[in-house]
Amino acid sequence: MYLIRRFEEMAEESYVRGLTHGTMHLSVGQEASAVGICMDLSNADYITSTHRGHGHCIGKGADVKFMFAEFFGKEEGYCAGRGGSMHIADPSTGNLGANGIVGGGLPLATGAALAIKQRKGKDVAVCFFGDGASNEGAFHESLNFAAVWKLPVIFVCENNQYGMSVSTERSMAVKDVATRAVAYSMPGVIVDGNSVADVNEAMMTAAERARNGEGPSLIECKTYRTKGHSRSDRNRYRSKEEIETWKAKDPIPMFETELEAHGVASRSEIEALQADVEKEIQAAFEFATAGTNPTPDSLLRGVTTTGDIELGAST
Amino acid sequence: MSEVRELSFSAAIQEALAQAMEADERVFLMGEDIGVYGGAFQVTGDLVHRFGEDRVRDTPIAELGGAGIAVGAAVAGARPVYEFQFSDFALLASEQIINQAAKMRFMLGGKVSVPVVFRMPCGSGTGAAAQHSQSLEAMFGHVPGLKVVEASTPEDAKGLLLAAIEDPDPVLVFEHKLLYKVKGHVPAEMYRTPIGKAVVRRPGKDATVVALGIMVSKSLEAAEILAGEGIDIEVIDLRSIRPIDTATIFESVKKTTRLACVYEGVKTLGIGAEISALVAESEAFDYLDAPILRLGGAESPIPYSPILEKAAVPQTDGIVAALRDLVKGRT
Amino acid sequence: MAVEVILPKVDMDMSTGTISVWHVKDGDTVKKGQALFDIETDKAAMEIESPGEGIIRIGNAPVKAIIPIGTVVAMIYAAGEEAKAFSGAAAPAAPVSAPVAAPVPANAEVAPSSSSGGVRATPLARRLARQQGISLAAVAGSGPRGRIVSADLANAKAAKSATAPTPLAIGMDGDAVRALYTPGSYSITPLDGMRRTIAQRLVQSKQTVPHFYLTATCVIDQLLAVRERLNGHAPKLADKTPAWKLSVNDFVIKALALALQRVSAANVTFTDEGILQHTVSDVGVAVSVDGGLFTPVIRAAETKSLSQISMEMKALAAKARARKLQPADYQGGTTAVSNLGMFGVEQFNAIINPPHATILAVGAGIEGFVPVNKLPVLKTQMKVTLSCDHRAVDGAVGAELLAAFKTLIEDPALMLV
Repeated sequence: MYLIRRFEEMAEESYVRGLTHGTMHLSVGQEASAVGICMDLSNADYITSTHRGHGHCIGKGADVKFMFAEFFGKEEGYCAGRGGSMHIADPSTGNLGANGIVGGGLPLATGAALAIKQRKGKDVAVCFFGDGASNEGAFHESLNFAAVWKLPVIFVCENNQYGMSVSTERSMAVKDVATRAVAYSMPGVIVDGNSVADVNEAMMTAAERARNGEGPSLIECKTYRTKGHSRSDRNRYRSKEEIETWKAKDPIPMFETELEAHGVASRSEIEALQADVEKEIQAAFEFATAGTNPTPDSLLRGVTTTGDIELGAST
Repeated sequence: MSEVRELSFSAAIQEALAQAMEADERVFLMGEDIGVYGGAFQVTGDLVHRFGEDRVRDTPIAELGGAGIAVGAAVAGARPVYEFQFSDFALLASEQIINQAAKMRFMLGGKVSVPVVFRMPCGSGTGAAAQHSQSLEAMFGHVPGLKVVEASTPEDAKGLLLAAIEDPDPVLVFEHKLLYKVKGHVPAEMYRTPIGKAVVRRPGKDATVVALGIMVSKSLEAAEILAGEGIDIEVIDLRSIRPIDTATIFESVKKTTRLACVYEGVKTLGIGAEISALVAESEAFDYLDAPILRLGGAESPIPYSPILEKAAVPQTDGIVAALRDLVKGRT
Repeated sequence: MAVEVILPKVDMDMSTGTISVWHVKDGDTVKKGQALFDIETDKAAMEIESPGEGIIRIGNAPVKAIIPIGTVVAMIYAAGEEAKAFSGAAAPAAPVSAPVAAPVPANAEVAPSSSSGGVRATPLARRLARQQGISLAAVAGSGPRGRIVSADLANAKAAKSATAPTPLAIGMDGDAVRALYTPGSYSITPLDGMRRTIAQRLVQSKQTVPHFYLTATCVIDQLLAVRERLNGHAPKLADKTPAWKLSVNDFVIKALALALQRVSAANVTFTDEGILQHTVSDVGVAVSVDGGLFTPVIRAAETKSLSQISMEMKALAAKARARKLQPADYQGGTTAVSNLGMFGVEQFNAIINPPHATILAVGAGIEGFVPVNKLPVLKTQMKVTLSCDHRAVDGAVGAELLAAFKTLIEDPALMLV
């Protein structure tokens, strides 16, 4: 979680210094759901992510130096500089990518689950999506498909209460996304998205159900993003008080307190871990800064597989 | 030499699907009513009885979700063949076809492939009217990352589909509705018709016609009529909309010096516009002895009335008249 | 939307037509289907109907003028459109009493034009015209709106062959030639402009000019002596070089120029319309340069002194070697001289450079014994061969010219009167 937090903060700093192109969708405040869901998944389990996907990517095991390299548009980046923040992915850890289309990942994760089922595998597919996506047609079609075909997919909604600027109160016909699960005959549970332990427990139940061939589940993590939707967000749609209230429920200090209270880790151990993270982030930043820029003549690489074979650029 | 056998266009497609599923356990079918119903155009037929419901999957009526699931499955290692009941319905899945399937490999720096096939019946002539009769090859052909093909014979229907299923990239396979019952020779073994290769169906010397789908047979009819007048038309079956086989087209135009494109899709911003531009930019330009002609669909949705439905797309007599004028230097 | 009224093709072999009568006037209101004009054909007059409705503005398409088919002869403007005057329909060829189906002027100049601005032609027609050196302006177009198609070029060429000879047969194909030699045993120098021009013009000459050759032997002892004496008297210039250094060729140029004045029947050029009789003797002189040759012209050589001719030749030769000759330096001329004597060539037949009717080929001066009063005397003799264009210069005329030249060259003093 700390890695995610420091990564996001560093990413923001790079952005404000003009080092990154385009915009960023930061998940500061949502670290617990990313980590809680991913911590027990293997590389053979798939995830699809949202446009706010840096946390999911790191949670699923990505190396932050390749993530930074991607944001700086370098060849060494996870997507060779072709995808950027909104399409960050790491197929080697089962991460099929962040998605620029709200609701774009829902059918994809469901499809990955179908492929698992076709080959009679025991892996699962996890779909991260937000409260806004639950109003997209793709959400309803995917949950329906998953239920009818009993697919090993876990739908994880990170309900941070806002689409972009429009709250769930103003845009959703029900109060909780989990309510919709019953329409598709699957379990729908609500957890405190800022408690990594709670999230993890719900995930383990859902994963076991899926691996046993019992079908899909929906987990709604109630959480909050303390930063704006994207870097251009002026926060005109919410109050400072609301933001401060949620900042007080920051998942990281909450977890640190829990660890110390239960004697699992001491303050100095926690601080040592934090220092490690600082080093890792710093090294990653330097790696990315020194990376290789793509040349215009490589533009057509990666458009099709057969095209790459012709170009002699097949991976 | 394989035995000569006559199969219908739809039977040839079914054979391709069956052979592909037998050869590769990753191949499976998804679509609306393709199971016991046998498919809206009876293409899948009894495949569900031969391969089971896990490999011939009836879907709910949810094109966006279904197509997206096919894309996700393909990325995760399966080889799905998704059938849209009508190509018009593919528009509901545009997001997953164009934003996801076509772009995933590129956005992920070449680290994944998307070997999905989308099959769909297209075209007019059955009185199904505006929302069930479109020819959208050019619309999808506009998207880098996709491949788009359309056969005009049963032999190519099987060969192109087998090539599409084996192709590591997303392929859209258009099938003209009026061709499903047409019979032709289909070799029994598994073979592939290469994607990106056109074929000369009728050699000639006075003009080149590049035609697609059902317009190939109309153009061949027109060529026979004109042969009686001493006019010799070369007919090329385009077969592949993305990528287009420019080599075959250029060679032909250099030989005949005249070019006409015949296609059912709307003429404006369609396949003929692309082919015309390709020829005009090429070395074949200096061999043109007449303006390039496009015979395409009208600027209207496909009408219901059979008279209007016919008038909305090129017909044989219109092709004959246009080619006659072209060869006689009246265009 | 304004509607074009074109002169339509009504018979299969038509490329032009004439309007025999207009049924409407400029500015009239016409209805669709109304008779506008009659078109005269080989068979009979045909009424041409209006393709549209509105006010007709007639272009430059008078009765009896020969107009290429497809030409827009009038415009019809619908209600609500500005019916502006129409100035179209190209200026027609000279009117004839009977309708003609022949294409526009047959003796068009054989000069290729790369972008004949305003001429409608297909890309293929343009390319073929360029390759064949046909001017599109001289070709009648059979396509819509007068567009030239490749078939029209063939028609234009066929019409021309009746009057002027067609240029340039094509020799052996380059690939076939190279196939006869072992690869690596030769190198290839691409053709430059000069080589191309030489090739083209001399092939043209050989193909179209009926050459015959007359040889005479000139005794040049007197000429050599005079030359030595005149050179010896050359005053020194400021830089110590002699003011002139006459060569044998300078004498040849002057002698030929004077001979042509005396035998003016040989100072001619053949054209289809008639024999051009020149009044001055402009003598072209072959100058060898690296990789080829030029033929600069000494204008009015009969009026120039030997030293003037000599200095002009030196200047032109220098210019030629530096590739700085201007068209004014080498175009035209009424005859030419080619001298290979310095290489030891005794006699040769030169190829006439069009538009000349003659060329004089000069060999080396060779010592030999000739009979004089039945006794052998050592003399220096030089063979000259006159090539003549038989279309303009007959044998007797050529012989007269040669004799006049020989007289002058053997006794140079005669060049003074």
